[in-house]
Amino acid sequence: MSTRRAVRVDWRTCLSLIGAVLGALAVPLVLTAGVALFYREPTRPFLLPAGLTLLVGAALTRFERDELGLREGYLIVALTWLAIAVVGALPFVFAESGELAKPVNALFESTSGVTTTGATVVEDFDAHGRSIHLWRSILQWMGGLGILVIAVALLSQLRVGGAQLMETESQTQDVNKLTPNIEATARLLGWVYAALTALMVASWLVLGFLGVAPNVTVYDAVAHAFTAVSTAGFSPRPGSLGAFSPAVQWVTIPFMFLGATNFVLLYHLTQGEPGRLRESDEFWFYVTVVLALTGLTAGFLAVSGQFETAEPTVRHALFQVVSILTTTGYATVDFNVWSPAAKHMLFLAMFSGGMAGSTTCSIKTLRWVIVAKSFRRDLFTEVHPEAIRPVRLSGQVVDEGVVRDVYAYVLLSIVVFVLLTVFVVTDAARAGVTVTEFDALGAAAATFLNIGPAFGDAGPYGSYAFFPRTTRMAFIVLMWVGRIEIVPVLVLLTPTYWRS
Amino acid sequence: MRIVIVGAGEVGSSIAASLASSHDVVVVDIDTDRVETLTYSLDVLPVEGDGTDVETLQSADVGDADMVIASTDDDETNIVTCGAAKVLGDAFTIARTKSPKYLKAWERSQHAFGVDFMVCTDLLTAEAIVGLAGMPTAQDVDTFADGLVQMTEFEIPEESPIAGQTVAEADQFDSLTFAGIIRDDCVIIPRGTTELRGGDEVVAIGSPESMREFSSAIAPEEQGPQDVVIVGGGEIGFQTARLLEERGFTPRLIEQDEDRARWLAEHLPNTTVLNSDATDQDLLDRENVGLADVVVAALENDQQNLLATLIAKRMGTGRAIAVVDTGDFTELFETVGIDVAVSPRKVTAEEITRFTRARRAENVAIIEGDQAEVLEFEIDTDSILVDRPIRESAADFPEGVVIGAITRDGEFITPRGDTVIREGDHVIVFTETDVLDAVTEKL
Repeated sequence: MSTRRAVRVDWRTCLSLIGAVLGALAVPLVLTAGVALFYREPTRPFLLPAGLTLLVGAALTRFERDELGLREGYLIVALTWLAIAVVGALPFVFAESGELAKPVNALFESTSGVTTTGATVVEDFDAHGRSIHLWRSILQWMGGLGILVIAVALLSQLRVGGAQLMETESQTQDVNKLTPNIEATARLLGWVYAALTALMVASWLVLGFLGVAPNVTVYDAVAHAFTAVSTAGFSPRPGSLGAFSPAVQWVTIPFMFLGATNFVLLYHLTQGEPGRLRESDEFWFYVTVVLALTGLTAGFLAVSGQFETAEPTVRHALFQVVSILTTTGYATVDFNVWSPAAKHMLFLAMFSGGMAGSTTCSIKTLRWVIVAKSFRRDLFTEVHPEAIRPVRLSGQVVDEGVVRDVYAYVLLSIVVFVLLTVFVVTDAARAGVTVTEFDALGAAAATFLNIGPAFGDAGPYGSYAFFPRTTRMAFIVLMWVGRIEIVPVLVLLTPTYWRS
Repeated sequence: MRIVIVGAGEVGSSIAASLASSHDVVVVDIDTDRVETLTYSLDVLPVEGDGTDVETLQSADVGDADMVIASTDDDETNIVTCGAAKVLGDAFTIARTKSPKYLKAWERSQHAFGVDFMVCTDLLTAEAIVGLAGMPTAQDVDTFADGLVQMTEFEIPEESPIAGQTVAEADQFDSLTFAGIIRDDCVIIPRGTTELRGGDEVVAIGSPESMREFSSAIAPEEQGPQDVVIVGGGEIGFQTARLLEERGFTPRLIEQDEDRARWLAEHLPNTTVLNSDATDQDLLDRENVGLADVVVAALENDQQNLLATLIAKRMGTGRAIAVVDTGDFTELFETVGIDVAVSPRKVTAEEITRFTRARRAENVAIIEGDQAEVLEFEIDTDSILVDRPIRESAADFPEGVVIGAITRDGEFITPRGDTVIREGDHVIVFTETDVLDAVTEKL
């Protein structure tokens, strides 16, 4: 880099690479246009953005490309998600139907898609065609894949080192490299992701074939598989998973669960090495949290007599807990009407998240495991002040610096969450909209932690459309910040990042 | 045999003393005085010079030697000496090393560095400590046949319930043989009617489980140790903790240096590492070291070890084991109240001597005072034991020999009069030193 340039970040390379990503976005847009053609719906909302993104992409790739450093990694991760969100919003705008035609709503829906959040501003589901609903699902599937690999796979194809990117995607996760070649790793994870999606489509269709899923079409199976494995949660149906039979609901639970399981461990599982999964402290923590919250929720539901019999009680408790905890955001019932105790179990689940190295969002079990272990260690050293006891994760010593980073990240998440809640309440008061304390807490968590449905009007069968425009814009920013794990964005805001 | 010993320090001299009477021994040392002093007391040929120097080795006539033992205090010197000796001739080379890092490399390919046999002082010492810590009355522990068989020397306390019993009464364990009794520095070969007395040292051979059972029969009120505190996190302390972890213990380890303590904590998942001065009374009180079953002192020097174990003893620790660098201090330590003093040099010298004395034997243990040995042999067709019941072949043996245990295809077999020994069996034999050569020949 020449010394004449004031900015020490190689933004040219970044823009060039983002251009490549934008160009690639034309592929899913054209494919969706094909689906629109099939359903005799307008193809213009997809073909027009496809042309635009190709054009802009081609223009950006003209910037000279150089070696990629750590600094550029932060910028690329942050900007890629923004760029995809903007392009993803275009079909909604061009479709000119329903609430989604408004630019802020379109950007909200698109950001909620690529960040695999699942919060929606759609109030009238029938106002939009099947192709638009499919586009919402595709955005989420790409978002999930992106979180796993896109950044890595694409960049390595362009012959640039991507290991640093893996770091920004996952500050603390020990991405156990499967192969020294990061491109091959990305491809492997991509295949696991695609295989899980295909398996889910197949399982729904088999249920339909067996006659226990009467209203399942190929369209439903694909649209939901896209949003379940990516732990994202959009559904073309206003009733979400409540529109389907209990059998379909049961079958969907494991796919959400697996979507939030470390994909490296899943890959080892497919290679006949279940040992890695069995020895993972984080996996057992994840399982324990899911089962414990399910047990509590089912208990509270039984006490309040929400459901007549045991099967629905257990099914709805397990489904909702898995859906919220893995940050998917499907619902089989309107949990707004549940007793406060049961609802608060779901509120708790929001802060857990699934395992690192998956498509899940939120704080993630990896961080909670380290916090729990480190705290237990601190209690031990209270009694034995001289004792030196490293924090161990699955037998490996965790560096003290990492432990500190994890604490800082958890604290930062909570602080941002509280600030957002306060903003939601004050902004609603300013605009004269009624938002209760709990609903504000829920909406802040559901967007910032990329879960989707919250409580109250923004509940599973509701929409975020009623929030003031400023609040929706804040949600857009924080969905983005939450998805790329806060730090990359904050780093971009520091003056030293841009200087030497 | 012609044996060249390089290094006339404590280990080298001690090996030379054991071997000089029956072999031609050449001792090489860089220090003239040391070599000369040695020649006054022993019948050895002195050579002055650097053992890593090929010319020195040539003047010691290493080319014609059967065995070269490199036993200086420096690991690298010893390894280089072995390598140089291999260049000059075909002697069997033995290297003494302190750090286990060379052992790790050597174990991968057993001829690495031109070393045919490597003796790792720190590891041997740790093994000795762990063996001693495991059983409250054990004085010495050795394992044979890949750990299937164990030889233990027990001291029978005066108040022990088995003091006063005959061997037949005391021996209620299936897979255990009373091989010998040492009373007033004399070896007694036990018969069923021999009476056991307090103060006797009993050499028992058998399975490790039966050893533990016997140990608790000797001193029933003393359970096996639960709580072991190791003081000093050097290589010996680390290896001791590691071996204890392997045996299911969760020891505590006190180390003064913070960086080292952190390293230890990272490498010993089941050990509580405490970063403190081992002689800090407040810490010892707070950590209830007085209630510990065993305290092992493995600090930098003998004075610190003595101090640490004496403090622990005064606080009420059950058993104190101290590492003693200066071999002469072992008895002194035991006189002032330390239960067992382990000398790394002595342990090493013993190991090398054993190995040299009975090259035919797979494994050897020397009983305290050098009066008897326990040897492991693989039986071949020439052995007088092969394909005969023990009752018959015993007649051909000299007095003072006991067959302690047999292993066949990884199984433990308790020897009885009618047991028939086959080719390929491993036999663990207790023998008095006087008849050692005769026994080695016949087996």
